[in-house]
Amino acid sequence: MTDDLDDTSPDAASEDRRFFLKQTMFIAGLSMAPADILHAALAPDDGPVGNAVKARISLTINGRRKRLTVDPRMTLLDLLRENQGLTGTKKGCDFGQCGACTVHIDGRRALSCLTFAVMQHGRKVTTIEGLSHGEQLHPLQEAFIRHDGFQCGYCTPGQLMSGVACIREGHADSADEVREYMSGNLCRCGAYPNIVDAILEVKKEGRKV
Amino acid sequence: MRPFQYLRPKTVGEAVTMAADHPDAQYIAGGTNLIDLMKRGITSPSTLIDINHLPLKKIEHRYDRTRIGALALNSDVAQHKLVTRRQPLLAEALLAGASGQIRNMATVGGNLLQRTRCSYFYDVAMPCNKRNPGSGCSAEGGINRTHAIFFNANEKPSCIAVHASDMCVALTALDTDVVIAGPNGERTLPFKDFHRLSTQQPELDTYLAPGELVTAIEVQDNAFTEHHHYLKVRDRASYAFALVAVAAALQMDGGKIWEARVALGGVAHKPWRYWAVELMLRGNAPSEKLFREVAEHEMRSAKAGEYNAYKINLTANAMVAALKTAAGIS
Repeated sequence: MTDDLDDTSPDAASEDRRFFLKQTMFIAGLSMAPADILHAALAPDDGPVGNAVKARISLTINGRRKRLTVDPRMTLLDLLRENQGLTGTKKGCDFGQCGACTVHIDGRRALSCLTFAVMQHGRKVTTIEGLSHGEQLHPLQEAFIRHDGFQCGYCTPGQLMSGVACIREGHADSADEVREYMSGNLCRCGAYPNIVDAILEVKKEGRKV
Repeated sequence: MRPFQYLRPKTVGEAVTMAADHPDAQYIAGGTNLIDLMKRGITSPSTLIDINHLPLKKIEHRYDRTRIGALALNSDVAQHKLVTRRQPLLAEALLAGASGQIRNMATVGGNLLQRTRCSYFYDVAMPCNKRNPGSGCSAEGGINRTHAIFFNANEKPSCIAVHASDMCVALTALDTDVVIAGPNGERTLPFKDFHRLSTQQPELDTYLAPGELVTAIEVQDNAFTEHHHYLKVRDRASYAFALVAVAAALQMDGGKIWEARVALGGVAHKPWRYWAVELMLRGNAPSEKLFREVAEHEMRSAKAGEYNAYKINLTANAMVAALKTAAGIS
């Protein structure tokens, strides 16, 4: 399975080496233990795994499986931005009040600032970078351009991730419904009417989102 | 943020044992409130026990009760057929709370255990009896616009913050039990005895013992499925905590009210149930005049601070409006 792994970040790699050293010392201490205990200690995807310094996780980000070593205090948002270089997901308030950090976890929209990366072990995360197919924009991205659904653009990745989920959930049948189900995404520029129009249009077209 | 040890149990027994072994540990499920509190340094556990892998997500009907696992997500509960069919008031209240994203993360157990959103509790530079027992209450002489108007009659409150949940207001109106696992096995608490009023220990929100884990709630079947309403009044149309919320449920037959439930959010340290109002409604024909009478009767025991006197009228009006909608009176 190791060839599935894409762990190119230099930080994460060096962290992994430190983890390896620690684990090696741990194993040395256990060298008198029966073989099955050693085996259990080494099972790759079997968490918990963490002392107060580093924890080992594996998760899928935009379709690529990653094995990472993280500080348990690191939020999923910080992992995406600082460790994985996926800066499309924005840090707005960092307290769950603005929705700029919205991503999909196992297909459902969630706030990446209010969850620790270590808790996402085994899950599939999709960010704004995973929404389009290469140069081909997602239908909602195209609709945002047609309807001028943004001004400064800072809230836009969160709006798009939330808007796609809103349509998938079946909560985009009227402007009122869209406003209610999009209320977790704030836009200080006030592009709300255009965002609502874009979501309603994509829903109406009935295209697969 | 203070470093913490991260543990991930697979069974309830394992989780409870871990909590007993680490006195400073906290359970984490959705994390939507706890992580917020940890970032601000209001809570700093040395160990986090991630309970997301425990088998506590199930929603089922057993005998005459809807049993909802503590890890069921708010969004899943709100749209589950068992809940929309048998407990529509609960579904309504859940959808009035938070946002689409947060409802996808927040669990039932976590909703029960969320802390107050009093701004002084969140401001670590200010005294707060709930955050730092004995330091004083900044809200009492401060901006208490969102604070409580109902208190324990026998004691001076040391904290005037309100409980933030919508779900808990509906559960207070219904007959609910909380199922709890602990080092000595399982026990059950009636919902009305789960949360505390603000007494001399405002740092404690509930009667859970240290290390105990909420595993499920059980809501009794009822005859309120036709006549119910959850009315939430807030500063903006959506995604804000309640200034006042009313859960109203009526059982009506032959033009009369046979059973009534009224619970309020945003007015006390825990969701507030109106026992006297319920008795006064029973046996009467529903009318705006009756609803106005009972609402104002109950408001006589309300006590406002400098900035929240508006809540007294607002609560009475919200009660009348919610009861009218529940009864189908326009």
